[in-house]
Amino acid sequence: MSSGPLIEIRRLYKSYTRGGQAIPVLTDVSFEIGRGEFLALMGPSGSGKSTLLNCLAGIDRVDSGEIVVNGQDITLLDETDLARWRSRSVGFIFQFYNLIPVLTALENVELPLLLTGLTRRERREHAAAALAAVGLSDRSDHYPAQLSGGQQQRVAIARAVVTDPDILVADEPTGDLDRTSAEEILTLMNRLNQELEKTIIMVTHDPRAAQEAHVLRHLDKGELSRAADTPGR
Amino acid sequence: MLLIRLAVKNAFRHRLRSVLTILGVAVAILAFGLLRTVVDAWYSGVEASAADRLVTRNAISLTFSLPLAYREKIRAVPGVTEVSQGNWFGGIYVDEKNFFANFAYDIPSLLAIYPEISVKDKDQLSSLLRDRKGALVGEKLAKRFGWKVGDQVTLRGTIFIGDWDFTIRALYKATRAGIDESQFFFHWTYLDETLRATMPTRAGQVGFYMVGIDDPSRSADISRAIDAQFANSLAETLTETEKAFQMGFVSMSSAIILAIKLVSFVVVLIILAVSANTMAMSARERSGEYAVLKTLGFGSSTLALLIAGEALALSVTGACLGLALVLPCAKAVGSFMTDFFPVFLVSDQTITLSLAAGVAVGLLSAAYPALYAARVGIAQALRKVG
Ligand SMILES: Nc1ncnc2c1ncn2[C@@H]1O[C@H](COP(=O)(O)OP(=O)(O)OP(=O)(O)O)[C@@H](O)[C@H]1O
Ligand SMILES: [Mg+2]
Repeated sequence: MSSGPLIEIRRLYKSYTRGGQAIPVLTDVSFEIGRGEFLALMGPSGSGKSTLLNCLAGIDRVDSGEIVVNGQDITLLDETDLARWRSRSVGFIFQFYNLIPVLTALENVELPLLLTGLTRRERREHAAAALAAVGLSDRSDHYPAQLSGGQQQRVAIARAVVTDPDILVADEPTGDLDRTSAEEILTLMNRLNQELEKTIIMVTHDPRAAQEAHVLRHLDKGELSRAADTPGR
Repeated sequence: MLLIRLAVKNAFRHRLRSVLTILGVAVAILAFGLLRTVVDAWYSGVEASAADRLVTRNAISLTFSLPLAYREKIRAVPGVTEVSQGNWFGGIYVDEKNFFANFAYDIPSLLAIYPEISVKDKDQLSSLLRDRKGALVGEKLAKRFGWKVGDQVTLRGTIFIGDWDFTIRALYKATRAGIDESQFFFHWTYLDETLRATMPTRAGQVGFYMVGIDDPSRSADISRAIDAQFANSLAETLTETEKAFQMGFVSMSSAIILAIKLVSFVVVLIILAVSANTMAMSARERSGEYAVLKTLGFGSSTLALLIAGEALALSVTGACLGLALVLPCAKAVGSFMTDFFPVFLVSDQTITLSLAAGVAVGLLSAAYPALYAARVGIAQALRKVG
């Protein structure tokens, strides 16, 4: 393993065109994310947090700039290579869980493994282990609609980690949950960070969620606040 | 496999919508199958014709007759194995709506030329050949009117005026599907001898000759040789294969047949539109899920397969249901319209075409949604979910 940052973001620009007019969303964003870091990204609504996260995770394109992950600039990859990179390197946790409603919890967790070379039995075993890790072994045959929000988010986390990616990205993972469930999720993410050494990038509005992170960054009007805050804990 | 399960489960996500789509496809395939069977029924005479049979008729038209003396001359043409003379009788049984084909024929030679017309009971056959007024009747026709061997039947002549009495002496079965089992044959000599007594000018006249030949590949040569015999005579002949002869009847209604064929394809097009609409609706609703699958690293081709699988699950289920209905419906329609279509069978080709139509509907209706899913921008689609 090389030392130094896992992700380097250099001079990132991104704008959307609406009605023929370019609206800048990210302007000259540069920062680094260390290996094993738990980063919380905060900022007012519309400041470009989701956009930045999507670009980092390879599901949105930048206008210019570099995103170097493990020495590789992912902005240079074509769609196919980018998809392959995502499936190997990034686990996704969304605000609304985004499970496939017609598949059971176990099948949802198994889904990303279809893109690996594992046999059916190995896939089942891996998926069951991931579900066990989030404490939902007894719900493997349940459909998303039969699970609470917190349980669905835990299934989503199992799906995110089942392929053992280096990076986890989470866009407001507790945004749709009550206090207790939110705390469960945050504890779980912290464990993933501590025990499995996942690098986590989390967008959040919730100051208590941000407390869990090691590093806090503020985004405002597409610009990153210069210094990285370290939450008191 | 998980993806196949996902495709099938997606197909039945909206119960009502899926059931309606499947029913729509089923009804369309049913209509398609029945319409094609109607077309086939029209061609059944053509289909039933054999390559080793020719028909010789008056060159002017079928309504003009030929002298009986031609029979031996045709018989003498090299390559001819058997000749049978026949007349369309056009008799009516009780009421005009009881229509069926009835012919005066030289029965021994008819049976020799048509091995497909089989009289199983040898006693029936010999009593038929002995009785001057005996009639040979298809089993389907006998069943239709409840006739049994030995029954007396009177036909009212329309071309040969008068009441003509017959005794049913034998029943025949077709040994090959497609041969009409509702025809009525009686001895040509009975017609001729009666005419000799009542209308001597019309005696000794033959409507057409059915000619058996030894080598189907020489049918054109033999036809020419037959017609050459009677060139420049008072009654010139036109000899053609049985198939061409039957085709002549069909082509009289070719416009109707074309219309029916067109309608059968229009039905499939309509259901394609319905199915495509269902799939497009589903695709739109699921853009978020497609985005999630893409996020996980699945490519556009996998999504296309998923969507095609879903569309096929609906359309092929519908097509199979439609096909399952076609057979009994064809049977019902066939027995109902036996006057018009003595042969009304669903052909293998119709079954294959129906299935192909089902598959085509599935694949084509998946095309747009697959393209749509391929174009879905992950970030945009996820934003909609949120
Ligand atoms: N597809 C798009 N077309 C046009 N404008 C867009 C598009 N996506 C995002 N934007 C704009 O970009 C800006 C940043 O959006 P983004 O979703 O990144 O903000 P955010 O910080 O995540 O906000 P929130 O906290 O509400 O989720 C917003 O002004 C938004 O309206
Ligand atoms: Mg956001």
